[in-house]
Amino acid sequence: MTTQTKAPVAAPSFVQSTLLVANREITTKLRSKSFLISTGILLLAVLASIVISGFAARDAASSTIPVATTAETSDVADLPGLDVTQASDAAEAEQLVRDGHVDAAVLPSSSASGYEIIGLEDVPDGLVQALSVSPEVTILEPADQDELIVYFVSIAFGLAFFMSAITFGQMIVQSVVEEKSTRVVEILMSAIPARALLAGKVLGNSALAFAQILAIALLSAVGLLVTGQDVLLGDLGPSIAWFVVFFVIGFVLLAAAFAASAALVSRQEDAGTVTTPVMMLVMIPYFLIILFGDNEFIVGIMSYVPFSAPVGMPMRIFLGTAEWWEPLLSLAIIIVSTVVVVLAGSKIYENALLRMGARVKLRDALKG
Amino acid sequence: MLKVDQVTKRFGERVALEGVSFEVGRGRLTGFVGGNGAGKTTTMRIILGVLGADSGSVTLDGTPLSAGDRRRFGYMPEERGLYPKMKVHEQLVYLARLHGIAAKQAATNAGDLLERLGLAERANDTVESLSLGNQQRAQIAAALVHDPEVLILDEPFSGLDPMAVEVVLSVLQDVARRGAPVLFSSHQLDVVERLCDDIVVIAGGTIRASGSRERLQAENRGSQYELLTGGDAAWVREVPGVTVLQFDAGYALFEADSAAAQTVLRHALELGPVASFAPKHPSLTQIFKEVVQ
Repeated sequence: MTTQTKAPVAAPSFVQSTLLVANREITTKLRSKSFLISTGILLLAVLASIVISGFAARDAASSTIPVATTAETSDVADLPGLDVTQASDAAEAEQLVRDGHVDAAVLPSSSASGYEIIGLEDVPDGLVQALSVSPEVTILEPADQDELIVYFVSIAFGLAFFMSAITFGQMIVQSVVEEKSTRVVEILMSAIPARALLAGKVLGNSALAFAQILAIALLSAVGLLVTGQDVLLGDLGPSIAWFVVFFVIGFVLLAAAFAASAALVSRQEDAGTVTTPVMMLVMIPYFLIILFGDNEFIVGIMSYVPFSAPVGMPMRIFLGTAEWWEPLLSLAIIIVSTVVVVLAGSKIYENALLRMGARVKLRDALKG
Repeated sequence: MLKVDQVTKRFGERVALEGVSFEVGRGRLTGFVGGNGAGKTTTMRIILGVLGADSGSVTLDGTPLSAGDRRRFGYMPEERGLYPKMKVHEQLVYLARLHGIAAKQAATNAGDLLERLGLAERANDTVESLSLGNQQRAQIAAALVHDPEVLILDEPFSGLDPMAVEVVLSVLQDVARRGAPVLFSSHQLDVVERLCDDIVVIAGGTIRASGSRERLQAENRGSQYELLTGGDAAWVREVPGVTVLQFDAGYALFEADSAAAQTVLRHALELGPVASFAPKHPSLTQIFKEVVQ
């Protein structure tokens, strides 16, 4: 018989099958307009926020306050941030204010400070501060970073992780449930092992998520350089690098959890209920970092819990509160938990995939 | 030859299959017949390795099946399904490649099959845009696109119009002619009767009958004979040991043992020319009712 003499077709290996599935996941997403548009918007938003914050910073640094002085007060010209016009007397100085040539006039006075400030409608804050006598301040433990910048950086890490995890998590859920609801899964399972299908899905979507995060990281770096915020980049660089590393592994963990929970249902409508627990795991670190970003104890715990470590650890590296070995330890914890979740996830996935109709109970799926 | 041997499968307390054994010969179309819930789909899933058996084995030419062997099977599940938003040709290529066919060969196979099944001009349409009948054809293409060595089809003809049934049938016969064992299930017993070389009947998780169609019909023939003569056949009623079931002028359908039947034939020849005399083959529907009870 002809089939017996025909050279047998080599069955693809596990790796080949996985790559085929991953490839389909990626090309399907890259062809989807909604995915491309939302990625574009995300990248634009990142770029815009960096450029705008860059300009705002430069404005604040370079702006000077035009003031008029008389001969007696001309020594204020030594103060930084003032653009001094010397008037011949108090009346002329006052006229310069009225005409709008200067924002304020600094005149001699008998008050404690020795100055009187005349403004048209109000007085520039910077000027009052410049002329005020400040008490001497000594800070025993100076913070490495400006509090406001810390706040924004924590939000940026939290948001980047949260957005990517939710977006790509949803994509995995959709793709798993689509195969179940359209029943194509049975054909796929007759061709390749369920584990190769799961691995391909996780790999494909993780690669996309990673590419997006990498694009955001690069864009931020370039944006910071171009807008002359290279000092901030120098501080932020190591944390961004760690963030990417933690993200890659942390995302694989989440992806496996998403895929396994999605395999429990057969219809897109039911997907929401089973993936809620995983969603919570993604959302909790985001809210914690926003609410307690400045609480060293909470961020410290977050930096070791696998679900929040991708946000918590880079934050601590940025703040300089992490010892050199801490990110490595946290990384080890997250790798071990990822292996555990992937193994449990693939078992659930394998067992639940062919059970159509009602939602499969988690315990049944684990038992097989 | 594909051989299912003593396969048993339980789902919790329920026994789905109990000692199921049958063979699917190379180059033969084998029909798999049974009512709803009889165990057809479970058996097919076990053959494909999508489901594991509790005990028993499935062998091809005497060798137990490995996952690699099964990769060269073609399968059409009862629950139809393809990616709705993927283009037909692209989807077939993807499935062929999952079965280990090289990209170029996969594209050629997919193109040829679509041509053959009359879907060539829809090759670049998404599956969801096809009519149900065309989706069904695409599904059959999906089972065949990797030149399978064994073909397992669950209800391949349901939902097809008569034209499509003929097209699909000729494709299946081609596959069988190339030497592949072909097993398909169907509710439509008349279709199975017309198409199949071999028949396997399952009910309640056990095999009730299996073998070539002719043999099954002979075994379940019972003792009915048909006689068609030129004259009036009313005299048949008078022959001892004969019960006439139907009678119409020169035609008689009667039940008798073979000796009595021979007496009837001799008598008929004495009376005049006999147009036909033959044991009546039971239809598959009758056999099915018989063996399932």
